[in-house]
Amino acid sequence: MAALSRAASSAIRRPPLLLPSRLQAARSMASSLFGHVEPAPKDPILGVTEAFLADPSPDKVNVGVGAYRDDNGQPVVLDCVREAERRIAGNLNMEYLPMGGSIKMIEESLKLAYGEDSEFVKDKRIAAVQALSGTGACRLFADFQKRFLPDSQIYIPTPTWSNHHNIWRDAQVPQKTFTYYHPESRGLDFAGLMNDIKNAPDGSFFLLHACAHNPTGVDPTEEQWREISHQFKVKKHFPFFDMAYQGFASGDPERDAKAIRIFLEDGHQIGCAQSYAKNMGLYGQRAGCLSILCEDEMQAVAVKSQLQQIARPMYSNPPVHGALVVSIILNDPELKSLWLKEVKGMADRIIGMRKALKENLEKLGSPLSWEHITNQIGMFCYSGMTPEQVDRLTNEYHIYMTRNGRISMAGVTTGNVAYLANAIHDVTKPN
Amino acid sequence: MMALAVDVSRFEGVPMAPPDPILGVSEAFKADKNDLKLNLGVGAYRTEELQPYVLNVVKKAENLMLEKGENKEYLPIEGLAAFNKATAELLLGADNPVIKQGLVATLQALSGTGSLRLAAAFIQRYFPEAKVLISSPTWGNHKNIFNDARVPWSEYRYYDPKTVGLDFEGMIADIEAAPEGSFVLLHGCAHNPTGIDPTPEQWEKIADVIQEKKHTPFFDVAYQGFASGSLDEDAFSVRLFVKRGMEVFVAQSYSKNLGLYAERVGAINVVCSSPEVADRVKSQLKRLARPMYSNPPIHGAKIVANVVGDPTMFGEWKQEMEQMAGRIKNVRQKLYDSLSAKDKSGKDWSFILRQIGMFSYTGLNKAQSDNMTDKWHVYMTKDGRISLAGLSLAKCDYLADAIIDSFHNVN
Repeated sequence: MAALSRAASSAIRRPPLLLPSRLQAARSMASSLFGHVEPAPKDPILGVTEAFLADPSPDKVNVGVGAYRDDNGQPVVLDCVREAERRIAGNLNMEYLPMGGSIKMIEESLKLAYGEDSEFVKDKRIAAVQALSGTGACRLFADFQKRFLPDSQIYIPTPTWSNHHNIWRDAQVPQKTFTYYHPESRGLDFAGLMNDIKNAPDGSFFLLHACAHNPTGVDPTEEQWREISHQFKVKKHFPFFDMAYQGFASGDPERDAKAIRIFLEDGHQIGCAQSYAKNMGLYGQRAGCLSILCEDEMQAVAVKSQLQQIARPMYSNPPVHGALVVSIILNDPELKSLWLKEVKGMADRIIGMRKALKENLEKLGSPLSWEHITNQIGMFCYSGMTPEQVDRLTNEYHIYMTRNGRISMAGVTTGNVAYLANAIHDVTKPN
Repeated sequence: MMALAVDVSRFEGVPMAPPDPILGVSEAFKADKNDLKLNLGVGAYRTEELQPYVLNVVKKAENLMLEKGENKEYLPIEGLAAFNKATAELLLGADNPVIKQGLVATLQALSGTGSLRLAAAFIQRYFPEAKVLISSPTWGNHKNIFNDARVPWSEYRYYDPKTVGLDFEGMIADIEAAPEGSFVLLHGCAHNPTGIDPTPEQWEKIADVIQEKKHTPFFDVAYQGFASGSLDEDAFSVRLFVKRGMEVFVAQSYSKNLGLYAERVGAINVVCSSPEVADRVKSQLKRLARPMYSNPPIHGAKIVANVVGDPTMFGEWKQEMEQMAGRIKNVRQKLYDSLSAKDKSGKDWSFILRQIGMFSYTGLNKAQSDNMTDKWHVYMTKDGRISLAGLSLAKCDYLADAIIDSFHNVN
C-alpha cells in the first residue's frame, strides 16, 4: 500500500467529532458548496448590545441601543399602540394587502409628512407605497433609482447611519459623500456642506436626514435649510429625505417636518422615506412608507406601479399588522391625540436627559465645552470622544456605546446620568 | 400649480407597469358586479361560504400575545429565535440529525417571496456563473425574483398538456442537460400552478440526477400540511434530499398553512455540510437582508412560535389544517363528479383527482380562460389555473358548466 501523507493518515485515524453516522461521514468527507463563503464582519452597532448583555456588572449602562427606553431603562409600548392592538386582535382577516400596502396607512402617512391639507395629497401627485420601515423605503427608492435613473448616483452625508451605505451599494447605485459634521465644533459644517452642494454636478441626488440626524444629532437651522433648498433649486438637485424621527426629535411632528415643507414650498419634487419604528415604538413591526412627489396624477400612478413592481419580487406585499396599528391610531382623533402626547413625552424625556448630562458634566468641573449635548437633537449625541476614550468607558465603567463616540440618549436615565457624567469626565479630562 | 424647481420631471420616462397577472385577477373580480361571479384567482383559502378564514388557533395565539403584552423591539436580523427553531424542526423533523448537528442555517424572512429572494441574492453573490432551473410552468413571481436578483434561469419541462400530468422524462432530461452545478428549483409539494407532484419513486430519480450532475436542490415549500393535510407527509421530498447528504436550500411560507398571508412569515433554510459552514452562510444571508429591510416583522413570527410551542395549540393547528386540506379534496371530488356527469363528450377529467393542493391546472388555454371570465364571470389566471380554495361545493355545478363550455366551444 502506498504511503499516505501525514495529513491524509491523520485524517483517517481521527475519530469523527459528532454523532457517528454514515450520513455525517458523507457530509464531512464531501467538500461544501460554500467553501468560498467567508464569515461576514460583525455589525458594529448590534455587536455593542451583545457585549452589553454578556457583561455581569451591576453598574453596566447601555447607551449603544437605538431604541427608546423609559426612565427605568425599559422598552416601551405606547398606550395608543396597545389600544390599537386590542381593536385588531382576532377580528380582522389576514388577507394579503394590495401590492402597494395599506391604503389607509399610506394616506395618513402622507398627511403627516406633507401636511394635513397638502395640495399634493389632494391633487394625487404623490406616488406612495407602504414599505418595510425606513430601511425598506430607502431600498425601494434606491432600486427605483437604479432602474429608471441608471446614470444617477447618491450623495450621502458624512457621517450617516451605516446601513445607508449598504442599501445603495446593494442596489448598485454609485455613492459619493458630502460634508456634514464639523468635529471641532461638534456641529454642522455649513460652509463645507454648501460647497459640496455647489460642486456636485447639476441634477445630483442627495440623501438628507429630515430631522434628528443619525448619528450626530446635528440638524441645520431653519434658515440653513432655506439656503440649502435654494441652492438645490439653482443646481436642480433631487432631495431624498430619510425621516426616521418625525415627532421624536422636538416632540412636535409638524416642527420636525419643517425641512420637507420648506423644500415643498420652493417647488422641489422630493422623495421621502418614513418610519414608525421610533415615533410609534413599532420597531419590530417594520412599518414605514416611501413617497415620491410627481408632476401630476398620471405620473404618480405610473411611478407607484413601478415601485410595486420592485416590491413584488422582494416580498410580494408588506406586513399588515404594523400598518393596521398606524392606520387605527392616526385615523381616530382620540388615539391620535394620545399618540401626540406620548411622542412628546418621549422627546421631552430625551431633552431632559441631555440637559441633565450637560449639567452634571459642568458640575464636575469639566473644562471642556459640552454645549453640543443640548444643541444636538433626537436620540443620539455625538460626544466627540475618541475610540480610545470609548474603550476606557467600556473597560473601566461598563458603559457600552459605539466607538465613534455616539451616545444613545434613550439609554440615559435619572438613575444613571450621574454615573455616566462621572465616567465621561474621567476619560476626557485633560491630565 | 406651484412652479417646479426643475424644468422637466425626472420621472418623465417612467412607464406604467403592466398589471400583475395574479393579483390583478382579484382586482378585476372586485370590480365585477355580476352575482354569479366566482374568484378562482389568488391562492388564498376560503371556507365553504367563500369567506376568508382566520384559524382559531391563530386567534388564540394573538389573544395570548395581547395578554402577555410583550414589547415590539427589533428582532435580530435573522429573526425570532423561537420561530427559527420551530420552523426548521417543522420542515425537517425535530429529531433530524442535520438539526441536532447544527447543520441548518435558518433566517426568518418575508414569507416565501422574501425567502426566495434572499436565496437568489446569495446565489448571485456567491455563484455568479450559475443558473437556476425552474419548472415550466411555475409560479409567475419566480421569474421576477430571479430577474431582479440578476440570476440567469432556464426552464425544465414539467407539465405535459397531453396527459395533463408530469412530463417526467422531459424533466429528467432537462435537468441532466443543464451545466454542472446548476440550482434546481423544486416545489416541495402541491406544485403551483399545476397541482401535479412527482411520486415518491420519481422524487428518488430526481434526486439521483441532481446528485449526479452536482446540482443544488432549491425547494419552495409554500404548502406544507396544506397539500395532504399532514405536515410530515408534505415534507417527504425535502427530507429525502436532506437524508442523502446534499446541501439544500429551502424557502418556507406560513401564508397558507397558518392563514397568515398578510403577516409575511416565512424562512430560508440552508442545510450545510458542517456547523461552521452553516454559520458562515447564515452570516452572509444576514448581510443581504440588512440592506433590504434590516430585520423581519415580529408579529407573524410570534404567532407561529406560540402555536408550535404549545402542544395543545399545535394539535389544534394540525386539526384545522386537516380540515382545510379536506375541504379542498372534497371540492376536487365534487368538481370531477360534476364534470364527468355533465360532459357528454367522454373526455377524461380524472387528472383533476390526481392533482393536489390548492390549484388545478384545467388544461384550458388563454382564449378558453378568457371565456371563463368574459362569459361566465369565473376569474382565474390565463394559464388555465383555478384555485380550488376559492371554490365551494355549491358552485361546482356552475363551474363544471363553464369549463365544459370553454373547453369544447372556444379555441
